[in-house]
Amino acid sequence: MSEPAVILEGVSKGFAGLSRPALTALSGRIQAGMISGVVGPDGAGKTTLLRLMAGLLKPDAGGVRVFGRDPAEEAGPLRMQVGYMPQKFALYEDLTVLENLALHADLRAVTGADRERAFARLLEFTDLNRFTRRMAGKLSGGMKQKLGLACSLLGRPRLLLLDEPGVGVDPISRRELWAMVQQLAREGIAVVWSTAYLEEAESCDEVLLLNEGRLLFDGKPGAFTARLGARSLHLRGLAGCRRRALRRVLKFPEVSDGVIQGRSVRVILREGAKAPDPAGVDDADGSPYWVPVEPRFEDAFIDLLGGGPGGGSRLAERMRARAPTGDTLIEAESLTKRFGDFAATDRVSFSVKQGEIFGLLGPNGAGKSTTFKMMCGLLTPTAGRARVMGLDLQRSAGRARQRLGYMAQKFSLYGNLSVRGNLEFFSGIYGLHGARQRAAIASMLEAFHLEPFLEVRTDSLSPGFKQRLALACAVMHEPDILFLDEPTSGVDPVTRREFWSHINGVVERGVTVMVTTHFMDEAEYCDRIGLVYRGRLVAMAPPDELKAAAATDARPDPTMEDAFIELIRRHDSP
Amino acid sequence: MSSAFSLRRLGALCLKESRQILRDPSSGVIAFALPLVLLVIFGYGISLDAKGVRLGVLDEDGGAEAASFTSRLSGSTAFEVVPAASRAELDALLQEGGVRGYVVVPQDFTRRVYSGCGEPARVQLVTDGAEPNTANFLNAYVSGAWLGWSEARARELGRVAPAYPEVLARHWFNPAAESRHYLIPGSIVIIMTVIGALLTSLVVAREWERGTMEALLASPVSRAEILLSKLLPYYALGMASMGLIVASAVFVMGVPFRGSLWVLFVVTTFFLLSVMGLGLLISSKLRDQFESAEIALNVAFLPAMILSGAFFEISAMPEALRALTYLLPPRYFVDALRTLFLAGDVWRVLLPNIAFLAGTSALFLTLVARATPRRLDG
Repeated sequence: MSEPAVILEGVSKGFAGLSRPALTALSGRIQAGMISGVVGPDGAGKTTLLRLMAGLLKPDAGGVRVFGRDPAEEAGPLRMQVGYMPQKFALYEDLTVLENLALHADLRAVTGADRERAFARLLEFTDLNRFTRRMAGKLSGGMKQKLGLACSLLGRPRLLLLDEPGVGVDPISRRELWAMVQQLAREGIAVVWSTAYLEEAESCDEVLLLNEGRLLFDGKPGAFTARLGARSLHLRGLAGCRRRALRRVLKFPEVSDGVIQGRSVRVILREGAKAPDPAGVDDADGSPYWVPVEPRFEDAFIDLLGGGPGGGSRLAERMRARAPTGDTLIEAESLTKRFGDFAATDRVSFSVKQGEIFGLLGPNGAGKSTTFKMMCGLLTPTAGRARVMGLDLQRSAGRARQRLGYMAQKFSLYGNLSVRGNLEFFSGIYGLHGARQRAAIASMLEAFHLEPFLEVRTDSLSPGFKQRLALACAVMHEPDILFLDEPTSGVDPVTRREFWSHINGVVERGVTVMVTTHFMDEAEYCDRIGLVYRGRLVAMAPPDELKAAAATDARPDPTMEDAFIELIRRHDSP
Repeated sequence: MSSAFSLRRLGALCLKESRQILRDPSSGVIAFALPLVLLVIFGYGISLDAKGVRLGVLDEDGGAEAASFTSRLSGSTAFEVVPAASRAELDALLQEGGVRGYVVVPQDFTRRVYSGCGEPARVQLVTDGAEPNTANFLNAYVSGAWLGWSEARARELGRVAPAYPEVLARHWFNPAAESRHYLIPGSIVIIMTVIGALLTSLVVAREWERGTMEALLASPVSRAEILLSKLLPYYALGMASMGLIVASAVFVMGVPFRGSLWVLFVVTTFFLLSVMGLGLLISSKLRDQFESAEIALNVAFLPAMILSGAFFEISAMPEALRALTYLLPPRYFVDALRTLFLAGDVWRVLLPNIAFLAGTSALFLTLVARATPRRLDG
């Protein structure tokens, strides 16, 4: 094998004010001519690692060599050979596509005939020829990412560092980007693609798997999942409640992790364990049975971390049960929101019954949050109607809100208050006082394991604990309806499972949940999903039906993402 | 290979910055609309001139000379004279705000005017100290009226009048005593501070927020290129705005400009570089638009407004604040501009101001050059 493009030797990097280093003693290699995935949940150290390779950071200890040079000390000669695409698009939104390209071309000394050729090649490659005069800010997420890629490719770098290029991009554009990057790798470029989506790791040639700043695995993704052998199983044939089934399954000592996948429950067995007898798991008269399935990268990751968090929810145990009524509690009627000439939500209709989990699934920027905010009465619709518990949110939002719990997408607690301060404030504004307030706070502290952090400033909590606290603040007043906007973004897979245990638990208590997510696999927990794409509700059905509807001869058992892409394709060309 | 400095890269960055300035309506508003609005407000809206201020007058003397002096007061447009019969009445009026001050012409006034040497004639002025600006102006105007009258009487009576140079100096450079002439140089300072500190700190912080700075740092650009690409376009914008203000002040509002343009150019250059340096320093530390604006407002805009002497007289400030103003570039810019507008190229005044501004621009630019990262961790 030829000389690696990047050699990492015991690299450590910490930042002031953070309790644990961003990276600890990391060693690895990036080879030319292939896509190397830097994979791990948010906060794993991916961005730090890419910045170290780009020479934007200097390691505290250990060495980084890029093409034999130290990127922090010998930045000059390396900058021309390394293309770097930071997160968040990093484009000048008030410059046109062509002006953005021209700027980067000038910065990288691509001039004259070279430049004409490079522009022609890159615009063709990224399919941006039609949009050269459009402001970068007016491009879709996918096109922005392609433009960012084109900018970082000017000057023909030999190492391409892409920091989470899949974020904020719809699944179709993500696949297109992937195909482009694959072609670049074939041309001999060393490509580094960082991602928090563990399923993206499966397509990489090589993977550096990070967790909390440490390297968990380095090698081919297939080798990582192969460790599981035949320990990934589906429990099928369930007739009753799959949420209760999951909770029972997770109580088996043989099972290390379990998630809901449509009508099935997916489990990982502990090493050396035999599949337990599934009789008694179903609470209806189904006949559940085990089916071995292909292990996923995420399965192996969770297994390596020692398994999932178990299926109980102390939160749900403390909630009062609501009698099932079968009423429709949430209703959207051709809901539309326009910002100028742009329809963020376009004639969206759906209804949600009591005790149901309804999910809006779609890439960032598809219009999920806008729809969501109209449902909670935070945004006024341009047209159409949003009703919650029969109340029109435009007229009686106040009355409705008392019975709603809302968890915003962005962290929306008071960062400079302590955990206790936030709990007291949010219980107070929902009208809890005295003994009831104290009891509610005590039960939240216990349910979310927040007691050790009672007096800690909320700012300094880890992302996982911040999300837990945000959920606690949203449910303290025992709402009948929970609105959760991207509750698990920025949270590691283990904490995500814990979240879903809580959500599953409160739904069993008769609470109705509406949730948005851009994690395709998370949608499987929902009873029904609405696929949102460019402001429109493209499809709405239970997850298994969506997948079945998208099945083709070539792909008889599609993943949620496959289904999404297929359904959008059909929507675009009916 | 990339060299340490490339004109092509600098040109590309400046072009990008200029395009952003042209497309961002807020820079146009700050550089061209705001100055015009401020000029109109300060030129026509706000006036520190005392006109029709209610002034109580108590004539205890009752003689011809006293009547001659009080008629001078009532003849001025500055006052609306309220005659009174006793001090008690005047005190009551002053307390309830019926008058802003009062003048007492004492019993022996006429006698003293005629007696000539020995005991000069006196009048007493009592002002409402709760409104120091009005009190100051009352003081100035009554003193002026008094001086004018006593000089005239002295000439008529063939005597030498007592001199009050301090009072004379107040009217010297602003013979029309129009506060507009005095306020417009001050408002220029405010506008240049906003363009220099606020705008530059915002645009750099925006690059950090959007991640474009990270993309720039990962490209072959050098520190000097990044810095210059921020300084040059906004310097040009500031100068264009300056040209507009000076032209409209002189040609539209009739404010005199007695200095030379090249001195104005030099002074403005040093001031702009100082505040731009400050703005860049703020945003290289904070990297957040909201925080940058907040800090720029507090360390640049508010001091320029309050402590520069643009609107509030430094001599009227408490000792500690007065000492603080010596540290602020706007103070020197105000001083230099007033001199240039109202007096001319008075080098004795201009040189120290220019020297100080040159010093602060060098200081801030050095600090910025050091603080501008070439990596994300310094």
